[in-house]
Amino acid sequence: MKPFDYQRATDADSAIATVSRDPEARYIGGGTNLVDHMKLGVTQPGKLVDITRLPYDSVESLPDGRVRIGATVRNSDLAAEPVIRQRYPLLAQALLSGASGQLRNLATTGGNLLQRTRCPYFQDVTTPCNKREPGSGCSALEGWNRHHAVLGASERCVATHPSDMAVALAALDADVLVEGPDGQRTVPVTELHRLPGDEPEQDTVLRHGELVTAVELPPLPFAVRSRYRKVRDRASYAFALVSVAAAVEVSDGAITEARIAFGGLAHKPWRATAAERALHGAPATEETFRAAADAELAEAETLRDNEFKIPMTRNTLAAVLRELTQQEGS
Amino acid sequence: MTGMTRAIPPGPERVEGRAKVTGTAPYAFEHPVTDPLYLHPLRATIARGRVTRIDTDAAERVDGVHTVLTHHNAATLNPVGDPELAVLQSDGIDYRGQLIGAVVAETPEIAAHAAGLVDVRYERLPHDSEFRDDAAIVYTPDADASPMLSPDLERGDVDAAFAEAAHTVDATYTTPPEHHNPLEPHAVIATWDEEGLTLHDSNQGSHLVRDLLAALVGIDKERVSVIAPHVGGAFGSKGMPHGHVALTVLAARRTAGRPVKCALSRTQMFELVGYRPPTRQRVRLGADPEGRLTATEHDSLEQTSRFKQYAEQSASASREMYASPNRRVTNRLAALDVPAPTWMRAPGEAPGMYALETAVDELAVRVGIDPIELRVRNEPEVAPVSGLPFSSRNLVACLRQGAERFGWHERDPRPGTRREGDWLVGTGVAAASFPTLFFPGSLATIHHESAGKYRVEIGAVDIGTGSRTALTQLAAEALEVPLENVELRLGSTEQPHASLAGGSTGTASWGSTVVEAARSFRTEHGSEPAEGVETTAGAADNPDIGKYAMHAYGAQFAEVRVHVDTGEVRVPRMLGVFAAGRIVNPRTAHSQFLGGMTMGLSTALHEHSVVDERFGHVVNHDLAGYHIAGNADVGSIEVSWVDEHDPHVNPVGAKGIGEIGIVGTAAAIGNAAYHATGVRVRDLPLTPEKFLY
Repeated sequence: MKPFDYQRATDADSAIATVSRDPEARYIGGGTNLVDHMKLGVTQPGKLVDITRLPYDSVESLPDGRVRIGATVRNSDLAAEPVIRQRYPLLAQALLSGASGQLRNLATTGGNLLQRTRCPYFQDVTTPCNKREPGSGCSALEGWNRHHAVLGASERCVATHPSDMAVALAALDADVLVEGPDGQRTVPVTELHRLPGDEPEQDTVLRHGELVTAVELPPLPFAVRSRYRKVRDRASYAFALVSVAAAVEVSDGAITEARIAFGGLAHKPWRATAAERALHGAPATEETFRAAADAELAEAETLRDNEFKIPMTRNTLAAVLRELTQQEGS
Repeated sequence: MTGMTRAIPPGPERVEGRAKVTGTAPYAFEHPVTDPLYLHPLRATIARGRVTRIDTDAAERVDGVHTVLTHHNAATLNPVGDPELAVLQSDGIDYRGQLIGAVVAETPEIAAHAAGLVDVRYERLPHDSEFRDDAAIVYTPDADASPMLSPDLERGDVDAAFAEAAHTVDATYTTPPEHHNPLEPHAVIATWDEEGLTLHDSNQGSHLVRDLLAALVGIDKERVSVIAPHVGGAFGSKGMPHGHVALTVLAARRTAGRPVKCALSRTQMFELVGYRPPTRQRVRLGADPEGRLTATEHDSLEQTSRFKQYAEQSASASREMYASPNRRVTNRLAALDVPAPTWMRAPGEAPGMYALETAVDELAVRVGIDPIELRVRNEPEVAPVSGLPFSSRNLVACLRQGAERFGWHERDPRPGTRREGDWLVGTGVAAASFPTLFFPGSLATIHHESAGKYRVEIGAVDIGTGSRTALTQLAAEALEVPLENVELRLGSTEQPHASLAGGSTGTASWGSTVVEAARSFRTEHGSEPAEGVETTAGAADNPDIGKYAMHAYGAQFAEVRVHVDTGEVRVPRMLGVFAAGRIVNPRTAHSQFLGGMTMGLSTALHEHSVVDERFGHVVNHDLAGYHIAGNADVGSIEVSWVDEHDPHVNPVGAKGIGEIGIVGTAAAIGNAAYHATGVRVRDLPLTPEKFLY
């Protein structure tokens, strides 16, 4: 733990200017991930700029049918928002399955998206980790990797992204609104997080000083029938072993629309495009569901302790689709 | 799922309950002291070797750093027979996380920051931290060397009986390392001034801590005070003082009377305060066609540390449980370069009865009879091996009453046949047993204040069990005065000597002491004593010890649901029925049993300290990685007990209830999971992937 400066931002422009010109500066929202890492010595910022008083704390329904969620909206508040509960139930479910009530009261929308991938070796400064110390090696590759990635991993890093919320957002094709020293840009949430590749230290595509200001959800009428199912070791307060976010539309027994994303399987929320292709136009049957899972998992590579994620993902996707399509039919 | 609300049985409320819930009951770290300093420990990052260089210059230059302690400047300590206490006495490293120094500073933050600036270099030696059955590391502990060790047992011809048995079970069960994780982390404040050494310490025995620390630093024990009025859980991890206490005392010696405060973090507690070692247990049972045991063999292999021996002795659970003419029981240790294991709630019995009671369930399936009936058929008339009569044994009553309450008679024994929605449903049962122990040597003082008001003093530590309340009750009862006329003071070496809070002996040992002291007081001072008179006395030796086999018993029942798609395991319902002698306070006793069963559920489903052999450390060393059952994991837990009057165990008639609640729980849950799914899992914990198929 190293001494640091703390500033409370009063406007976005000066916050962005402050962080942009200081490589050791970081934004802090709820701090539920960053403060842990500071205590553990995993990250040692010289300056924290607190953005929780910036005017990004509301959820707005836009005229074009989109919903804009401010970056500092707390996870608890977002989960309780009527428009989210009614139009995007999978997002409310994902939020409520994350962490604990106390943490959700603090955690922000932007901070939840930007939490680091989770791995016990990353969090322990006495063990090698390429993400924390590039080039030092990956301790998880041959170590305890029960919670680790089966999709999109590299020799450098096999960590998984822990967010539940982000998995739901990936299924919904949400956009992330970003402001930086060079102005605004929009990043699809599916492109916000990176796969580890040769630079596992880079969790996202954001550049230093860029600030997430909002997340926008597209109007997606069939998402009223959607589900987030999280499989975990405890009934509450545990990270996903596997999670499935899904929204489907069925017409005459055939699947006409499907949005699927997986959590707990990769370095980023995993949008399951291969599974979606397999579902599209297919009959809503058990065989279709399992084939869709298999299509997505065809490239999966398991480690010593996480082979179970393959059948668990297949079964969970099938269970969720069964539930959603039966609901649709009834 | 939400637990049903069960009525809490009547009994006096916890006498310190109001202070605890209002935050005014001080725990170790919270005692107000003047001008304290804060200690941050330095820990080894290799598993074996030595420190070749430790550069403290940068840390010492930090504003607010008072001192940096290493093996170069630490005072010499006397050997006291516990290598954990010999901190900073050499450059040697015996396990990863070992204490190698400390930074003492004006604030905890400064201490933590400066600790990060200490540069340590090592000479690394090869280490071995992989628990396994390998002649290179396995040995037989020398039972002659310690009364705590039970020697191997061999009666009859197990191999021949097994070969001839109509039904057999031969299975290996494993239990992982588990850490206690009490709610209150280990903490100590050490003040070393002209009056001597004062420790506000979270422990299970203030007198034991005093005696060891006085010997360690070589001062008269009358000059050492240890104070622990409230302790927030321990489960054995505070049974002996650990290295951090010695380290803090070493630091306090250098601060010219300023108190030094040390609170361990959760992560540090995974390295420094003990754990339940992993076990690998093979159980072989042979039975006649009706299910009567002809052969019982239980061989346990358990981890110990190379630098300090600890023997869990799980197989000893099978010494006296069931009748069996042929029996073999062995305990072996595998010595590794790891932190020292220690007692954890029901040491030996908890893992041992998991293995035995799972094997018994497997035998019932083989024989094709009800598992309760199988246990009843194997009830011994006298204690097997010793041949002693039981002081009382009501296991069958627990099983029968439990079966009635749980609705066991409606059970279809076929596994994997009940489904509710996406969940497979099953029920299971297991027996529990825990020895009734008595720790001698405690003393209590009964002091008459005035007008029938009494002060009772005994240096026992209430680790959250309700001892303060039970002892107040027993004193009031023995003095024949109302409860509110007795003020009990405990927890400190300023009070008369008391034995350790361990082995479920508090009510038996301290309770008997208080009762005997009250009787002595009345004999000496009569029923209308003068103001200010007092009597100090202890419990007489119990002539029945050695003449009777003394155990508490119980029956654990569980309903388990396993998700057909995901393998998730849920326990919506548990019932425990116990026979544990006199229950002094039904209200707090209920809480003790409930807590033990909850910890058993946690053992069954969650707890697992995962060791990475390459580093020699526990990888999941925090409460996000090491799962303990949360509220959502606990459904309905019903607790009851049979009326049991046992005149032999001790003057109170209590058998001890702190540990038996955790015994058998994991087996009942595992047996129910088998009944639900038809899948027999023999390795704890029961995580979802073990039920994916």
